[in-house]
Amino acid sequence: MSHDHDHAPITNGDEPAAAARAHALEELLVEKGVLRREDVREGIDWLVSRTPADGARLVARAWVDPEFKQRLLEDARAAALELGLDPGPSPVLVAVENTAHVHHMVVCTLCSCYPRALLGPPPDWYKSFPYRTRAVSDPRGVLTEFGVELDDDVELHVLDSTADRDPAPAGWQRGADRGRAGRARHPRLDDRRRSARAQASALIFSRARVFAGCR
Amino acid sequence: MTYRVGQRVRVAARPHEGHHRTPGYVKGKTGRIERVHAAFTNPETRAYGEDGLPEQRLYSVGFARGDHLVYVDIFEHWLKEAK
Amino acid sequence: MHDRGGWSSDAPIDRSEHTLADWELLTDALVGALGRQGVMNVDELRRGIESMPPDEYERASYYERWLYSAETILTEKGLIAPGELDARLAG
Repeated sequence: MSHDHDHAPITNGDEPAAAARAHALEELLVEKGVLRREDVREGIDWLVSRTPADGARLVARAWVDPEFKQRLLEDARAAALELGLDPGPSPVLVAVENTAHVHHMVVCTLCSCYPRALLGPPPDWYKSFPYRTRAVSDPRGVLTEFGVELDDDVELHVLDSTADRDPAPAGWQRGADRGRAGRARHPRLDDRRRSARAQASALIFSRARVFAGCR
Repeated sequence: MTYRVGQRVRVAARPHEGHHRTPGYVKGKTGRIERVHAAFTNPETRAYGEDGLPEQRLYSVGFARGDHLVYVDIFEHWLKEAK
Repeated sequence: MHDRGGWSSDAPIDRSEHTLADWELLTDALVGALGRQGVMNVDELRRGIESMPPDEYERASYYERWLYSAETILTEKGLIAPGELDARLAG
């Protein structure tokens, strides 16, 4: 900074400076013809319509239909499509199952890869620095903090899913089984005491754990 | 080379300036191939505006780490067979 | 800075949540639309985030990092000029 006084960031009410910046960037890109406003609106509509209830549906079906559960564990993407759910652009989606002997956790230590199409945007704690570190260094401690106590003989498997890819533009089609390198998304949640959103996610993991694999 | 499930592999410990998706805590570590995902564009070149070709195969590799296992997705060019 | 797996931390995990603000949804959607248009991809997004000065990376919120990266990559590609966004905000 070349000047010697603090000045307030440009804000609009309680919004941070970044809010004005994001709006200005949209304006600029639309003016320049890089993006159409409709493309941006479509993206917002998609994001706000994503809900962990979709992921929960997959799991609930697996509880009552052993053959479906098998298909879910073999190819979660195909299983989601079978139920008419949007698995997201990732060509590979992995579901894992918690059993009496194995418990799973999912993290992205490098950023925040997450199966947003099936679970909605990740919770803030999933993106937080302490979770990104401790999920691989002290996962049992994290589980304890979340109210999950595992017996000593339960194996703990942590999935660090960092290889999320996005699809080539030409192959991208929302909700369609298309796209090459897809986006990896990794769900995981163990806290049963969070908001409604988290409860739906916890359903996912209480028996057939859906989580998304990378790519 | 292509690896198969169950094979022991070592992650390269080489320094890499610039964008890459191999977490530091598994560099130089030995693990086991758990899944062969598929081949995907290479983030190390695609992050700089290139097409990311040739595609690299991506594996899920399992590592023992204290009282738990960690599975990490690692591209083939970071792996060597471990004896 | 971004590669957090090998760090040591015993910091508690803050589980308070916030509803995404309009500008956060907008930032997410802008980056998504740029991806679908083939303007910038997720690897460039991440590389741009990783190029943040470490202290800014630590301080910035999640979508502030996305915004920083989008500006960086778009400027690099010549789609916006250096300082163009600041000029607009000042005006």
